[in-house]
Amino acid sequence: MTATTLDAVPAASARTRPTPAPIPFRRVLEVELRKMFDTRSGFWLMASIVIASAIATVVTVTLGDRGSLTFDSFAASVGSPMSIVLPIIGVLAVTSEWSQRTALTTFTLVPGRGRVILAKLVNVLMVGVVSMLIALGVGALGNLVNAAITGDDPVWDIAASTFAQIVLANELGMLLGFALGLLMRSSPAAIVGYFVVNLVLPGLSGALAASQEWWADNAGWFDINQTRFLLFDSTLTGQEWTQLAVTSLIWIGLPFAIGLRLVMRSEVK
Amino acid sequence: MITVHSLTKKYGGFTAVDDVSFTAHPGRVTGFLGPNGAGKSTTMRIMVGLTDPGSGDARILGHRFADLPDPGREVGVLLDASAQHAGRTGREILTIAARTMGLPRTRVDAMLERVSLTPEEAGRRVRNYSLGMRQRLGIATALLGDPEVLILDEPANGLDPAGIRWMRDLLRGFADDGGTVLLSSHLLHEIEVIADDLVVIGNGRIVAHGTKDELLAGAGTLVRAAHGPTLAAALHADGITATATTGGAVLAEADLAHVGRVAFEAGIPLIELRPADGAGLEEMFLALTAESQRDSAIELEGAVA
Repeated sequence: MTATTLDAVPAASARTRPTPAPIPFRRVLEVELRKMFDTRSGFWLMASIVIASAIATVVTVTLGDRGSLTFDSFAASVGSPMSIVLPIIGVLAVTSEWSQRTALTTFTLVPGRGRVILAKLVNVLMVGVVSMLIALGVGALGNLVNAAITGDDPVWDIAASTFAQIVLANELGMLLGFALGLLMRSSPAAIVGYFVVNLVLPGLSGALAASQEWWADNAGWFDINQTRFLLFDSTLTGQEWTQLAVTSLIWIGLPFAIGLRLVMRSEVK
Repeated sequence: MITVHSLTKKYGGFTAVDDVSFTAHPGRVTGFLGPNGAGKSTTMRIMVGLTDPGSGDARILGHRFADLPDPGREVGVLLDASAQHAGRTGREILTIAARTMGLPRTRVDAMLERVSLTPEEAGRRVRNYSLGMRQRLGIATALLGDPEVLILDEPANGLDPAGIRWMRDLLRGFADDGGTVLLSSHLLHEIEVIADDLVVIGNGRIVAHGTKDELLAGAGTLVRAAHGPTLAAALHADGITATATTGGAVLAEADLAHVGRVAFEAGIPLIELRPADGAGLEEMFLALTAESQRDSAIELEGAVA
């Protein structure tokens, strides 16, 4: 057996051609957006936003006390399914790459993993805003239909600033889902994680506040839900805004930073 | 051109890739051969930036993979044909890749045709694909950007004999056009029919590399009788190094005439007498990778076929 170096092999003339242009970010953005819609599960997740809004509106008109329904009633009923669906979209945008192992192809076509994650983040936030606008539109339609049935003038009692706060609250929910997705890189784990943070922790925090006076006074600095939920129906004080920023940093910023670091360095198999 | 230089990758105390260096040249199909777990896939993942190298480096067309401006246009990669979203159609998977590389839609149809996936099959979701169809789709994705280099991990897995022949012709054509092909396999037969050059790896270390012809030269003679050990003993008695393998076969390090004469003189009727091409490579492969062998039977089917 002989083992000689391959360098001795005469090489065929290499094809000479121009170096391709770098992939523009716009293209990564477009592809990542497409990937959110192009599977049955992805499509129906997106469609569920419109469907849930429509169902919530119809239920409100049929079962609500029509005389007292205002735009705010519709916003509230459309908003609650939204606050569940949107964070799941945030989670899955990241985790599906690992759960379905598409990361292998994604990161060989775009080796800059940070660019892919940024594109996903921008798309998630965009989907959040568009979904909220759709919800607003469906809710407004419900309000008009209701007014037509009762014969009263429709009541438009949501200020632009209130709507902006609700959008912010939902975007923060999506960011939390996105950050947990980066951290766990597994769809079931990240979704469970999200609901633990969102549904289990408030109960624990409440129980703690009932027995611990210090926690009752200061929970706002640690409990993201407490301040985030305020966004849905009240005007925040300066201190509450600060608390929102601090808790967002702890609950969203920190897992995001750790998750991003893991994604950038981890081995993709 | 792929240049791998002193690549080492450790996981804790385990060395998966140990000081691996080799070059895959344009115009050649380089076979990356080794038993399961020898470090082939890890080496390939490092080449395309999916795994960080511990030390050493891998360059493709003179660049680190991460520095390629639009990698799909220069390097076609297929590491795992099953690593696709089961809910996407084959056509959609190609479309996503084409969009990422900024290629026109017509390129998708051209590639589907190139790998013989019908429009009806391309419209099916990948969860309903056989492994062979996934491999074809993976090859289509790799060829999509009209790359200069192909890096394929076990691309013949799941292909039927006709599929393997198709793959061989395709890769031959790609290399003849001046392209560089690196493909891995744990099956000797597969790689023997496709590759020009061989890099054999065992336990993370390169145990042999060279052109296929060089590695096959001196492989000796394969001779078969009813009882192998008797024949081997007769050859030994005449000073010929001979090893009995399976089914009465003996691998002898002597030319055909010499072996035939010894058998005749010993009065042993022969069933088969031929140059030991594949069997020689197989012996080499088995011997070189003996320590890392999990199940030698797996490797046998390659040479017997």
